Amino acid sequence: MERLSRRRFLKISAATFGAATAAAHLPDALRAAAAQGEKGVRTVATFCEMCFWRCGGIAHVRDGKLWKFEGNPKDPQSRGRLCPRGTGAVGAYYARDRLQKPLVRVGARGKEQWKAVTWDEALGYVAERMQKIKAEHGAEAIAMFNHGIGVRMLQHVLKSYGCTNFAGPSFAQCRGPRDVGFRLTFGEDVGSPERTDIENARCLVLIGSHLGENMHNTQVQEFSDAVGAGATVIVVDPRFSVAASKAKYWLPIRPGTDLALLLAWMHVIVTEKLYDADYVAQHGYGFEQFAAYVQAFTPEWAYPETGIEPELIRATAREMAQHRPATLIHPGRHVNWYGDDAQRSRGIALLNALMGSWGRKGGFFTPASMDVPDYPYPAYPKPARPKLDNPDKKYPFAHEALTTGIREATLSGKPYPIKGWFVYATNLLHALPNEAETIEAIRKLDLLVVVDVIPSEIAGWADVVLPESTYLERHDELNVEFFKHPFVSIRQPVIESPHDQKPNWWIARELAVRLGLERYYPWKHIEEYLENRVTGAGLDFAQLKKQGVIRGARQPVFFDEGVPAEFPTPSGKIEFYSTQLQEHGFDPIPRYTPPDPGPAGSFRLLYGRAPMHSFSRTQTNPLLADLMRENVVWLNAVAARRLGLKHGDWVRLRNQDGVLSNRVQVKATERIRPDCVYLVHGFGHTAKGLRRALGRGASDAGLITRYKVDPLMGGTAMSVNFVTLEPADAPQEA
Amino acid sequence: MIETTIHRQNPMIDPAFHAWGWEIPVYLFLGGLVAGLMILSGYHIIRALWDKDRAHGHYVTAPILSLALLTVGMGALFLDLEHKLYVWRLYLTFEVTSPMSWGSWILLLVYPALAASALLTLPQTFPKLARRLPFCSRCAGALHDCPRVVQAIGFANMLLGVMLGIYTGILLSTLSARPLWNSALLGPLFLFSGLSTGAATIHLLAHVRRPDSGSDDFSDAVLSALVNWLRPPAPGHVGTQKLEHADNSFLTVELLLLGLFIVGLLSSTEVHQRAVELILTGPYAAAFWVLVVGCGIVLPLTLQFLQAQHRIRSTVVPALLVIGGSLALRIVIVAAGQASAWTVASH
Amino acid sequence: MSRYGMVIDTHRCVGCMDCVVACKTENHVPEGYCRDWITEVTRGEFPTLRMEIRTERCNHCDNPPCVHCCPTGASHVHERGGVVLVTKEECIGCKACLAACPYDARFVHPEGYVDKCTFCIHRVEQGLLPACVSVCPTHCMHFGDLDDPLSEVSRLLASRAHHALLPEAGTKPCIYYLT
Repeated sequence: MERLSRRRFLKISAATFGAATAAAHLPDALRAAAAQGEKGVRTVATFCEMCFWRCGGIAHVRDGKLWKFEGNPKDPQSRGRLCPRGTGAVGAYYARDRLQKPLVRVGARGKEQWKAVTWDEALGYVAERMQKIKAEHGAEAIAMFNHGIGVRMLQHVLKSYGCTNFAGPSFAQCRGPRDVGFRLTFGEDVGSPERTDIENARCLVLIGSHLGENMHNTQVQEFSDAVGAGATVIVVDPRFSVAASKAKYWLPIRPGTDLALLLAWMHVIVTEKLYDADYVAQHGYGFEQFAAYVQAFTPEWAYPETGIEPELIRATAREMAQHRPATLIHPGRHVNWYGDDAQRSRGIALLNALMGSWGRKGGFFTPASMDVPDYPYPAYPKPARPKLDNPDKKYPFAHEALTTGIREATLSGKPYPIKGWFVYATNLLHALPNEAETIEAIRKLDLLVVVDVIPSEIAGWADVVLPESTYLERHDELNVEFFKHPFVSIRQPVIESPHDQKPNWWIARELAVRLGLERYYPWKHIEEYLENRVTGAGLDFAQLKKQGVIRGARQPVFFDEGVPAEFPTPSGKIEFYSTQLQEHGFDPIPRYTPPDPGPAGSFRLLYGRAPMHSFSRTQTNPLLADLMRENVVWLNAVAARRLGLKHGDWVRLRNQDGVLSNRVQVKATERIRPDCVYLVHGFGHTAKGLRRALGRGASDAGLITRYKVDPLMGGTAMSVNFVTLEPADAPQEA
Repeated sequence: MIETTIHRQNPMIDPAFHAWGWEIPVYLFLGGLVAGLMILSGYHIIRALWDKDRAHGHYVTAPILSLALLTVGMGALFLDLEHKLYVWRLYLTFEVTSPMSWGSWILLLVYPALAASALLTLPQTFPKLARRLPFCSRCAGALHDCPRVVQAIGFANMLLGVMLGIYTGILLSTLSARPLWNSALLGPLFLFSGLSTGAATIHLLAHVRRPDSGSDDFSDAVLSALVNWLRPPAPGHVGTQKLEHADNSFLTVELLLLGLFIVGLLSSTEVHQRAVELILTGPYAAAFWVLVVGCGIVLPLTLQFLQAQHRIRSTVVPALLVIGGSLALRIVIVAAGQASAWTVASH
Repeated sequence: MSRYGMVIDTHRCVGCMDCVVACKTENHVPEGYCRDWITEVTRGEFPTLRMEIRTERCNHCDNPPCVHCCPTGASHVHERGGVVLVTKEECIGCKACLAACPYDARFVHPEGYVDKCTFCIHRVEQGLLPACVSVCPTHCMHFGDLDDPLSEVSRLLASRAHHALLPEAGTKPCIYYLT
């Protein structure tokens, strides 16, 4: 059967929209087609939301059933190939554990006792509570924690309402320190997707970044290209990661001492005059002070700190210099480790500056985007009070809001009370450190609304749970990406939601209607919004819907292609010496502080990613769970023998504060240092609704009760917890 | 130091290969037993032609018993099949390289051969039943009137018995991915194990159904058999003595073949050495040495030797041990064979 | 005559298992089962280590023991490219082929018949690559005709060091790993 044209669908749904609460946000025509026994294969181009990379893909529907999702060859990010999560996206649609209906809490908070209600009841309840909070405490007392592109739709309704406190764990729990370190040095962020030109790098240095396990699609593709092209890879990691197995040099560093290694590297490069002298002279500021400063940090000084032989430090420094400027010291992404993270990232930025790689091929490009105008919304009301996540600029270099700042304010009620939380697409209990603090904050709330696809741990604490459609079932905000090749991509529904799930834009708009904010919604259906923006940019909306992606003209992205070498720092140059840091009482050039040793006999708990899972939200996806059902605890084989543990034994991890993990199997391996253990993040679920994942593996998040706050920007360092291992019984089924 | 991690969790395959449970060992055991019985009873049928006086009554139940045991064995095999409704596919083709295909066609020939010998012995085995089935009796009579046909039936039983016995071993040995089974000696080993088990079974039958029990009524026969179980066997009975001799010869050959089987694998590649270590010193060693070698071969061999020397009283114990040992041999070889592999994964 | 095979670059492979998911969705492999998988082999002792990551599947052997032992002919060599296939309507589920395969590449489908990698022959016959090859984000997998000296797979084998899995088992596997 010929599929119905999308234009026709638009007319139908636009006409019927608003007629009922459960109005058609999805193609009625599609629904009819499926009901009539749709035959054959049809495809829809859209972009992925299994992580935040937003790869373009093409979904296939066969005989009315969602079949597979493949990369869109036109998309510069996926380059026609998705990662396992993208390929496994259809599993998110079919997952039996997904949220099906709006839920309102009936039992005590956190007991996961619900009453299924209609959308009208659920949204009515939320609106009523919001009005009450606004009346008593002001609209600013409602905060939102969010993740992903759908954020913008929900933020719109809340901003229209007068809210101002929005934060994503992506800053203070993830890439924040890196962006601050690079801003302080080059005046600009690394961004997302990162502006790293891995494919042209001749020497790639990864510090704790485990590309390949950390499956950021374009980066991994480029990493393989670089490896295939014979680039030298240097990996600094306490664990012999997949990337380390591709490396010429693996430096199994003592955790927490990366900055010592960076200083020693810079010492070698400066004293041996291996740096790009012209580049530094032309663009650098404060190099003399910097050069004098690093004199003290010899490889011999760094050796007892890092455990890396001085000669290896020298050899790797010389190797880096040999390939400059195509030497890329990768800034990483999740870098909240030890509390010195922004300064460590600044060290990485400075090393790149010595290589002259910023703005150069094989280093960092200057991303370009297409010029797409925002939707002409009416101006938002001005919030009565300022944001409260970082009062008095306590963390002077935080340029985004701090989740943990909002949590703290919720707990203390200062500088003003927070009484309502919206949580969108982020499992806060696994994302923020010290779960107990988050739960304590939740107890202070009058309203916790969770919008999610699966019944995550945070949903378990909600007053109202709103089930969102998976991205294969919905429209979303337009993706206007800053990238090496400018492009615009669209998300559009492939198939209707299997139950009573709704897309974020519909939820936001319906909530707005109930809050009396219709005037902020000149559009009724998101396609009108999207068409407005796309045609406003002079692009063909029909073409975008057909292709999924429209690429702009290639623009210069390197200095030698004509990008002006501008550095928006106070000095207008690359700051080897930072006067802003000095002014705020911080070290103008990074200073190394030895890490705190853990309790005797304990192991530092490290965590990371697996290529088939995104955070804690894919463990119930049947396709991805098949690839990795639960995590294992990596333990050095010699340490395991010393503890009398064998590969495959079951243990529980107990942290320094007595918190005991779920049981987990030991991976006794040569692939990790003997002073730390490693868990893949996202397992050890406790939410009852996550039946497939419940009780499988151990949760690193649960063991992260301590965290160290980065004094520059308020990021929470989490690799500061220590565990011991206790034997556990094997589960019955094993 | 080699760490191998295989990210695969297929049922029956991971973490260790285990596709066959109790059904296949039971099938192989019963197949081997029937093979032994066919050879012995076939031999007896032929010898009875020349020397009617020396024909012993206890052989005559073997064909009917074989039919029953083989059917049970086939039932076990059928239970093991995962795609049962398609079993008829076996008989739409003959796959020359597949021992299973050979086996299924051999089994198709075994049934008529057994049926013929059962028919031949029916009047002798169950006279009352035979009288109720006059057609069968007439056929049996007619067969007895043609010594050449009787001889052919005897030879057919012997030949098919040998094929069946060897097949049960070769079936495993061609599955080359399991190094423990990579020896054609499994064929003769299982054949001689089948012969010793067959002799032991006839020995048992001799106890169950004595010529002096006199009754030709089926129910009487069953009742008297039960009583006979409890009585010591008639001393120095000429038939059972011969059986003990035969059984000892078979057991000796079986022991020899088992030794050669082990030596063969030990003198092969590292993979095969590691495989045979599973039964020599590994997780299957206790079962192998105690149940298969000790109780299944050496002990009955010794007991029967002493019985033959009249140093101890003759009992059914050796026969029971041989049967038990024979089953244990199949269970151990099938289980350890599945555990043996070309690749060794740490998990 | 063509002889299909794969050449896999272990340098590029990161073991992400995209090939596994792609196979599962393309071929409707039931939950809890897989036709292809990742193997990691680490050699050495801390901190001197090396690791090979491989995507593995049926090797579509030139001397396939699984075909030789099949009593019904369900396991057979396809006329195109020497691909080893199972006709599910002929399979009785005796599992002899499972025991015969040194790569443990076969499994019993929950419906009773034996299942395994088909080299996505249904795609290959339409001129497409096998699903695993077509999705691989690292471009580590190459599929083609080993008998054609000009094919990409042949040229890769001619120019780079490689090995196959368990050649000592005598199965003549048709998947090669570049080292």
